[in-house]
Amino acid sequence: MAIHHGRGFASINYPIGMNLGGDPSQALVHSTPDGKFKVTLSSIDLGQGIKSVGRQLAAETLGVPVEDVFVDTADSDTGPHDMGSFASRGTHRMGNAIIRAATEARAQLLEAAAEELEVDASDLVTDGRGNIHVRGAPSRSISVEATATAAQFNQGRTLAGRGIFLVPLSEVDSVTGEMTPVSSFAHAALIIDLTVDDETGEVEVQNINSAYEVGRALNPRLVEQQLIGGAWMGVSHALYETTEPNYPERSHGPIDFNHYLQPGPGDTVPHHISVLERPAPDAPFGGKGPGEMCANPVLPAIANAVFNAVGVECDSLPITPEKVLRGIRANGGARPQGRPGA
Amino acid sequence: MKSPVTFRLNGSETAVFVDSGANLLDVLRRGCGDLSPKYGCGQGSCGACTVLIGGEPHVSCLVLAETVAGRSVETTGGLSNGPDLHPLQRAFIEGFAAQCGYCTPGMLMSAKALLDRNPSPTRSEVEEAISGNLCRCTGYEPIIDAILEAAKQRGAA
Ligand code: FES
Ligand code: FES
Repeated sequence: MAIHHGRGFASINYPIGMNLGGDPSQALVHSTPDGKFKVTLSSIDLGQGIKSVGRQLAAETLGVPVEDVFVDTADSDTGPHDMGSFASRGTHRMGNAIIRAATEARAQLLEAAAEELEVDASDLVTDGRGNIHVRGAPSRSISVEATATAAQFNQGRTLAGRGIFLVPLSEVDSVTGEMTPVSSFAHAALIIDLTVDDETGEVEVQNINSAYEVGRALNPRLVEQQLIGGAWMGVSHALYETTEPNYPERSHGPIDFNHYLQPGPGDTVPHHISVLERPAPDAPFGGKGPGEMCANPVLPAIANAVFNAVGVECDSLPITPEKVLRGIRANGGARPQGRPGA
Repeated sequence: MKSPVTFRLNGSETAVFVDSGANLLDVLRRGCGDLSPKYGCGQGSCGACTVLIGGEPHVSCLVLAETVAGRSVETTGGLSNGPDLHPLQRAFIEGFAAQCGYCTPGMLMSAKALLDRNPSPTRSEVEEAISGNLCRCTGYEPIIDAILEAAKQRGAA
């Protein structure tokens, strides 16, 4: 009876969004009379950070401080249409829509300021701190707040923008069957080190080393947060979570968190992440977003590492101690595969 | 049948009428309007509803509201001092220790109970203290780090 070490590798090309009939997202941006900007979306933020990233993208495009932008993820009755938060499409699709909406709103902001300053809008620039001034003449300036107030109360003008980003339906080539279901790919490669106890069948992940290519990391701390949490979920799916553990009766299965297993705070695994930035040309400021790809490569890497450790190929998830032990028995014992060069 | 229950909620004398058999979580959320403790499972296994009773962490979904009569109850709603955030809250924000945030109020209260009795815990003591709090999003690592950081900040202050 022994503890066997295993190492497994997996890599992934992960499509951003999907296109099975067109894949649109819309955004609306408008200013309040005191020069704050609201971004209205129908996408949902359930912790992945689209509110933070949308806020950054809108502020950067409008040329105003990030503190002056607020994102309302409304609801699908009152907000602009959106396909939804899925397929890792949020940053890419909604981000592009936000940039378009903010670009239109910025043009109106500059026109309203131009009217107040009696200059040409094309001569105006924003300083990113809440002011608009004539290029090369910072003293000829007006604040965003005063511009918004003047637009609303004197000029009778809205400072608002509409944006949509649509990846049109891709035609299928009738000869080759080829089509373009997605617009861009993110990538990851991941190495798992783990141990397998050939007496209990227990698998313990020791170490994760990963590289994720996400375009530009628009908010590096949020990217890291997604990657750490998502990889944890990958470990959880690979080794723990199932609604159908091998109980004799389905009705004996888990009905609560006490029996639906997940790794707890004592089971965290050191995870060393390298974020690679290759800004994507069609993505908002180059950012594709980490999305579901956080979790995906972890599962095959763990399966490969278990095979490397004891020679058991598990073709169903989760890789429970029982499946590992059955596999070892079927093989007539543990069969460590060794490591080239080790 | 309803009966009056008086207790201290985040330092303020509070009186509510509660149905006999009502659980504390329900009374805090609906009776007192304190929405900071969250309902996750209603059966004591997720920790989202954790509050402190007499300084000790309890899952409020399993506490009979009448049993807190005369006692002190603390929730995340009372953690900050006006605009001044508690060191734990600051560490959670700075350490990106919340994603959806559903587990956060329970995590904060379990962590507060720990730091109140053990100002400089080890990593495994932190893991133990939050072992009854489930988190789906963060992988726990940032939460553990934030609690250790808050302990450090409090020690330095
Ligand atoms: S709601 Fe109380 S433990 Fe889950
Ligand atoms: S942050 Fe979502 S459950 Fe912990």
